[in-house]
Amino acid sequence: MEFLVIILSGVLFATAIYNLLQKQLLRIIIGTVLLSHGAHLMILTMGKLKRGQPPVLTEGVTQYTDPLPQALILTSIVISFGITSLILVLAYRTTQENKTDNMEQLRGNSNE
Amino acid sequence: MSNLAVLPIIIPLISAIILVFFNSKTNISRILTRAFSLIGLGVTGYIAWYVIENGSIILETGDWIAPYGIILVVDALSAILVLTTNIVAVACAFYAPHAGLGEKEKFYFYPFFFFLITGVSGAFITGDLFNLFVFFEVLLMASYALIVLGGDKIQFRESLKYLLINLFSSMLFVTAVAFLYGVVGTINMAQIAQRVAEVDQQGILTTIAMLLFFVFATKAALFPLYYWLPNSYVVPNPVVSALFGALLTKVGIYSIIRVFSLIFVHDIHLTHEFFIWIAGLSMIFGVVGALSTNNIKLIVAYNIIPAIGYIIMGIGIFNQEALSGSIYYLMQDMIVKAALFLLVGVIAYVAGTSDLRKMSGLIHHYPVLGWVLFAFAFVLAGIPPFSGFIGKLLLLEGAFADGEIVISIIALLTSLLILYSIIKIFIRGFWGDENAMKNLEKKSTKGLIAPIVFLLVTVVILGVGAEYFYPITDAIAAYLLDPQIYIDSVLKE
Repeated sequence: MEFLVIILSGVLFATAIYNLLQKQLLRIIIGTVLLSHGAHLMILTMGKLKRGQPPVLTEGVTQYTDPLPQALILTSIVISFGITSLILVLAYRTTQENKTDNMEQLRGNSNE
Repeated sequence: MSNLAVLPIIIPLISAIILVFFNSKTNISRILTRAFSLIGLGVTGYIAWYVIENGSIILETGDWIAPYGIILVVDALSAILVLTTNIVAVACAFYAPHAGLGEKEKFYFYPFFFFLITGVSGAFITGDLFNLFVFFEVLLMASYALIVLGGDKIQFRESLKYLLINLFSSMLFVTAVAFLYGVVGTINMAQIAQRVAEVDQQGILTTIAMLLFFVFATKAALFPLYYWLPNSYVVPNPVVSALFGALLTKVGIYSIIRVFSLIFVHDIHLTHEFFIWIAGLSMIFGVVGALSTNNIKLIVAYNIIPAIGYIIMGIGIFNQEALSGSIYYLMQDMIVKAALFLLVGVIAYVAGTSDLRKMSGLIHHYPVLGWVLFAFAFVLAGIPPFSGFIGKLLLLEGAFADGEIVISIIALLTSLLILYSIIKIFIRGFWGDENAMKNLEKKSTKGLIAPIVFLLVTVVILGVGAEYFYPITDAIAAYLLDPQIYIDSVLKE
């Protein structure tokens, strides 16, 4: 199971990087979203995937799920959600102001 | 007393929240900002004194015992960096009302300013690798808002790139933490350091170390990952540039110091030797960038990169003198970079342009400004008695002690070129025909020079008082070379 999820995470990373290298802004943003999904899946897998076990260590419980990765993912999801909404607004305003959503034309020259 | 550790985070945080309510009343905001920044300076000054006298402060938040909860560790290194952060914050807080922000002040400038300080202080203080990521995000979020504040065409374009590169490296940071968690099963830095020594497969640790280095190097703008820095630091207001130049890259470099002195010391020949090469290349490429342009803001922005090179060089050499030099240089560079950005902000404001080719003879109108710039050129190049000299002296001593001749020569030549790049502003901008800039009206620099002079005084104290400061950085270097002290103080074994 872990093996499959790791591969899935790798596929997500690959698609994300492919999208990040595109020129259209929206594709790049989709790339960043996929990237964060890949990273989150990665954290989840690092705590081992088990079913039907409590996430706490109490007396009488010998098998338990590691709660830490889930706490980490939750934090990370919130952060990347916030950033995604910010970047969407930023990208929208950038295209409005600069009249293009093509990164090729947003390169800029240092000597302006 | 351990609750002291949370103050450098909580004071700016509360300040920011209070300032949100006074957003529409600019005058009150300005006064409160100054007051809060001074309180921050006072408290962190006390903390720095306390830590140097009594040793590290460790706070286990929520009373969760060390490896389980999030812990805050204020050791001497964190304490002096937090103090320096607050010195920069005070200068920027006093500069900001005169910086020509105009309407932008009403776009929550001051709250974001304090959120940035919160993130930076938190990153310096935390003793938990994931928490470090969270504080990175706090400061990056504030920086995204500050960099785009005002919303010019160019600003949008550059901040988009800034955001994307930082988002990418943040996600790699999370991935690296996940890998590390998979290998050692903890995210508490002290416990990671303890368990790293017990792991059988050192190869995978080196891979994770390099992944983390990539992340921090992106944030710290090391060669070859500095390409995002110069343009994005030029577009915002000088105050924002000063905060960014002084603090953001330094958080990256601090993380490298922390992680590569505490956790990944198992394969020094590979990792740290690599740092020395990166350091040399950063110095060369940074200074070449600084020499290649006539835009004064770009000159200063490019000068960040060789400075980062000097600091990483000390970590690469990894002996006591060199580390001590790195820390000394790190402290003074935060102040100097803030001052330089503020200074070129003033110059660009009075001259009405940031293009050197259009400037001339400013010294006849603004003598103080000219001489302050001249002094900072000397600080940056490392001419005694300024603090840059001591930092570089220690670094070079360390380098020669380890027989790293090539990097020493590169470092020395780079200093000369750095001096040239700043003196170029002085010569072209301040010397020359008084009447060449005909339509130059006399502008008031009231309130703009004082914060810069304050920073200059700090740097001079840092240089002249080396006898007092050197033992502190030396002790920190010795402390960094022995991770066991950190581990024992946190895990209390």
